[in-house]
Amino acid sequence: MSAGHTETAHGHPHAHGHDGHDVPHGTYRQYMTGFVLAVILTAIPFFVVMTRVIPSPGYTAAIVLICGVAQILVHMIFFLHMTPKAEDGWLLLSTIFTIVLVVITLVGSLWVVFHLNRNMMPGMQELHQEAGPAVAG
Amino acid sequence: MSAPTHVPDGPAQFHVFEEEHHEAGGSTHLGFWIYLMSDCLIFAVLFATYGVLGSSLAGGPGPRDLFSLPLVALNTTLLLISSITYGFAMLAMYEGDQKGTLKWLAITGAFGAGFIAVELYEFAHMIHEGAGPQRSAFLSAFFALVGTHGLHVTFGIVWLTTLMVQVRRRGLIAANQRRISCLSLFWHFLDLVWIGVFTFVYLLGVLR
Repeated sequence: MSAGHTETAHGHPHAHGHDGHDVPHGTYRQYMTGFVLAVILTAIPFFVVMTRVIPSPGYTAAIVLICGVAQILVHMIFFLHMTPKAEDGWLLLSTIFTIVLVVITLVGSLWVVFHLNRNMMPGMQELHQEAGPAVAG
Repeated sequence: MSAPTHVPDGPAQFHVFEEEHHEAGGSTHLGFWIYLMSDCLIFAVLFATYGVLGSSLAGGPGPRDLFSLPLVALNTTLLLISSITYGFAMLAMYEGDQKGTLKWLAITGAFGAGFIAVELYEFAHMIHEGAGPQRSAFLSAFFALVGTHGLHVTFGIVWLTTLMVQVRRRGLIAANQRRISCLSLFWHFLDLVWIGVFTFVYLLGVLR
């Protein structure tokens, strides 16, 4: 760091590229930990789906999803170096805001369309039409 | 109200004299992060579209007929390795090691290009089999989502190549260090989106 500082600062000591106090730096140890964890969390879901060691598709899907979420967290912590204090907390705040929007978008769309699909089933319509005259008659 | 007892010389100034000191590019990191978050919303919408349309096959081939998991595993490995090699480029940059930075950036670019090559092969294979984006809603959503991710990686490679030229010409100056840090966020973010893609689209698709 100090060597880079003297090389890069041209007469202005604050011109250094990193505002060292709030842009977090990764270390070799951090990157390697993240990589090993990511490899494990990638290998597990591919293994369970490709070999079908677990007969129940529900449990297999649950393992795949849990590994996916865990790996996203690993990437955020070890590769993107997210900490609650980075950028005075604005980094975390904007991320949480985005996650809220993403969850609303995903869950909302799936939920609404799931109900839409169920109500638009061909069977349902026939059921209503059959029920109509029966009530009238 | 009584008149001020002391009138200062010169025109009155109503702004704060002592502005908070801003470093050049001090807010770039956060600004770039907010761009990435907006990008994240694009992907969220594409994921939602895929989630909604993923089972509308229109009598065409489904995920189980089309996806080759070994190929996806290869692609995932390539992207994951490119993530860690980018990390090594960052570490070399912190040490002021220009040659090391360039070397690791080149390796990262090569793995990224490998990823794109495998993905293009997969797309070409699917289109050749008649499973192009116009075949069914499922395939439209698939090509939109995976294609957008691939396009991001492609532009990441373009950016990476440009940066390598910059670093070679001007060295690891502050501006270049900032750019490399931003690309690092971009690159790791794309790997993060890929986790969503292989989990939801490929693994859960084949499982369904």
